[in-house]
Amino acid sequence: MAEPMQVEVVSADRVVWSGKSSNIIAKTVEGEIGILPGHEPVLGVLVPSAVVIFCEDNPTREIIAVEGGFISASQGRVSILSEYARMADEVTVAEAEKELAEAQRVLDSGDGSDEDRKHFLRATAQLRAAQKAQ
Amino acid sequence: MPASLRELRQRRASVTTIKKVTRAMELIAASRIIKAQQRAQSAAPYARELTRAVSAVATFSNVDHPLTTEAENPTRAAVLLITSDRGLAGAYSSSVIKEGEKLNQMLREANREPVPYLAGRKSIAFYGFRRRNVAAKWEGFSDAPTYGHAREIADALIEAFLAPTEEGGVDEIHVVFTRFVSMLTQRVDVIRMLPLEVVEGEEPPPSDEILPLYEFEPDAETVLDELLPLYVASRIHYCLLQGAASELASRQKAMKSATDNAQQLIERLTREANQARQAEITQEISEIVGGASALAEASAAAE
Repeated sequence: MAEPMQVEVVSADRVVWSGKSSNIIAKTVEGEIGILPGHEPVLGVLVPSAVVIFCEDNPTREIIAVEGGFISASQGRVSILSEYARMADEVTVAEAEKELAEAQRVLDSGDGSDEDRKHFLRATAQLRAAQKAQ
Repeated sequence: MPASLRELRQRRASVTTIKKVTRAMELIAASRIIKAQQRAQSAAPYARELTRAVSAVATFSNVDHPLTTEAENPTRAAVLLITSDRGLAGAYSSSVIKEGEKLNQMLREANREPVPYLAGRKSIAFYGFRRRNVAAKWEGFSDAPTYGHAREIADALIEAFLAPTEEGGVDEIHVVFTRFVSMLTQRVDVIRMLPLEVVEGEEPPPSDEILPLYEFEPDAETVLDELLPLYVASRIHYCLLQGAASELASRQKAMKSATDNAQQLIERLTREANQARQAEITQEISEIVGGASALAEASAAAE
């Protein structure tokens, strides 16, 4: 098997996760993409979703909620960039559901500004990540 | 006649209080610099990865993007000034404003109309006092800017940049901010934010190696569309963070010299007060001696 990939997940103000991984599953605008070591160089636009990273020492896996952003893989390095990214274990399903409901309410009542819609998408991603982590 | 003893003591007491205040401000600024530097450091990986991605697209594909194309005949240029919200930071805000004035002058000479965008209460006050028109202003976060603030500013600037010039758009965007070189040195810097020039390219691979061809999802144009605004926001975030660290550093420096000056003043006033006290005592003694001898002479004459 090829060497594990060096992965970095960064949000605007911090490094959320970094380590070695043997398999990454993310969701781009064209659909799910799985990245194994030795993948061809790729640069994809992510949708708000949960990214699953299988660590080098399986079976542990990391699930990270991202609010859009990018995944870029080249020469054994993968970086996932998002203005907002959060580890799934930092938030519980109940919390995520509450936030989603709140965002939904704001979106339904208000005129749906960009900020509100962004918040809604972020909450969706968070809930998905939290559910996957269970 | 020198000031009275009471007056000198009063002045010394008031200078002592001022010294306490400036000393406290110095310590507060010093402790916040560390936090500001940490924030700047933790934002660095994002900026690094983003730059890498942008240069990957720029190097491995040849797409033209509105954010990277130069206007043929630029007539309006946005100037973003990053200053502080509060004073007592030495020349921090005024040197940014001064540099901005210089830039405005330069732009006018090149037949471009400067359009001010202001961040920080100090520059807003400067422009407000002179009743100049301001395109947009932000305040209230100069010493602890978050990514959200940077995003807000970036969105406004990009919107203006993409709008046609006749409808209030701009052709160029310049940023005046203070670069944090070290605790002792902060330098005012002017950068051209848009149209973009990606300078930190990925290391050029040796010529005999085949370039890795990036696969773009969905395609290079969409990727660039998404990437560049983020890149601009991250650059502005960087400028804001540098500004915050510089503001705190120059505040610390200013407050340190204020404390030192207060200490000198206290020493001088103490010395003057001691002199005045001594003079008073000497006078009292000579008065007593004079009075006693006058009494002695009077009684001698009576006998």
